[in-house]
Amino acid sequence: MAQHQVNYASTAGLPIALTSVDKLVNWGRSNSLWPLTYGLACCAIEMMASGASRYDFDRMGTIFRASPRQADVMILAGTLSKKHSEFARRLYDQMTEPKWVISMGSCANTGGMFNTYATVQGVDRIIPVDIYLPGCAPRPETLQYALMMLQKKIRKESANMKKNTKQDLTTQTGKRARLI
Amino acid sequence: MRKYVPKDNVQKKAYYTDRFHVVPRVPREKVEEGSHFAQVVKTVGADAQESYIEIGQLVLHIKPEDNFKVIKILKEQCGYTQCSEQSAVDYLAKDNEFELFWQLLNVNEAKRVRVVCRLKKGLAIESIVPLFNSANFAEREMFDMFGIKVNNHPFLKRILMPDDWEGHPLLKTYPLHGDEFASWYEVDKIFGKEYRDIIGPENRDPAKIDIEDTKRFSRVGYEVPFGAEYNGDQEKEIEYSETLLVNYNKKTSKTLDERR
Ligand code: SF4
Repeated sequence: MAQHQVNYASTAGLPIALTSVDKLVNWGRSNSLWPLTYGLACCAIEMMASGASRYDFDRMGTIFRASPRQADVMILAGTLSKKHSEFARRLYDQMTEPKWVISMGSCANTGGMFNTYATVQGVDRIIPVDIYLPGCAPRPETLQYALMMLQKKIRKESANMKKNTKQDLTTQTGKRARLI
Repeated sequence: MRKYVPKDNVQKKAYYTDRFHVVPRVPREKVEEGSHFAQVVKTVGADAQESYIEIGQLVLHIKPEDNFKVIKILKEQCGYTQCSEQSAVDYLAKDNEFELFWQLLNVNEAKRVRVVCRLKKGLAIESIVPLFNSANFAEREMFDMFGIKVNNHPFLKRILMPDDWEGHPLLKTYPLHGDEFASWYEVDKIFGKEYRDIIGPENRDPAKIDIEDTKRFSRVGYEVPFGAEYNGDQEKEIEYSETLLVNYNKKTSKTLDERR
């Protein structure tokens, strides 16, 4: 039983905020970034710590999802081995647009200390990366900062994903291609 | 830093000067009469071509075709009921053969035996999976890493590397940074060969430390200003300020005689 009747229309009028659709959509997207629960190596431990109560990702609207189909962000946390690269790419392909990628730690950025035959030398060889965050392993604060930078980036983007070119690769031969 | 010497054919050289490559020799002792190991050697009999003790472990050299027989005797008659490790060592460049070893453990006696054999390149070894299930993965790993085939293995397939991998990475001839196939593996697999020139070759860290690069490297204790021309003679001792870095010496420090 309503004791207090709130009737904006009849008292002070509807609360109205004027904004563009782009801003509104990006506001929604950037504040509900759902990363994929996907850890590859020791960096994943820091990623878990960031998700847990001390650093608390939930307050930023970042909730880890166990399915790529529900996720917006892929945090590549750790060493990507060549054997696994195919599956990482498949998970990325399964995510629905719009999607973003954070490459976490030296290993994901460049191969890190694993300068060997079995490690992918930088995940950007197979997946377009939005944010690279350095460190071995990066502290949870760094991951939070990376996420905040990603939010910032999203807010600047156009809401129409078709306009957003993810990665332009130009070769010496002048051929252009896109990793989507 | 030690002088750089190319190490690709170290095994072939008769004489190698790098002091870090002098293989340390573990002292070998004779099997003592009346000990547990003497009993083991007696039970194995003539199949043990050579036997001695290294760091408290019995080492038995056998012929590669006897491996199943000998390990069966060790398991059923000597109480070696665990096979903790099985693998190989690459001596292809030197002798054109592998050294295979099986590490067995007797839990009741707390004793270990290493069975060793030399296998020529291209020959196969008999599987000991019927005796020890733990050898299943070990033999698969040996097949994956060295390409040594194992006869009568229930499921001989690569275990660490992907199934479509080429080459055997633990061979000494396999380059650490991978061959042509390895360096393009993920690109070929995901995008196809035609994407090679779009994605480009791997950008590997050469891990080069340049003493003349004064912008990114500095030698502790012999520092020159940032970006200065390198001149070996001009290196000077680092000057620490009194206030920032305490010059550690015995005069100012106090050693506690007893715990408080
Ligand atoms: S960057 Fe460091 S902490 Fe992260 S996966 Fe690589 S080795 Fe582990």
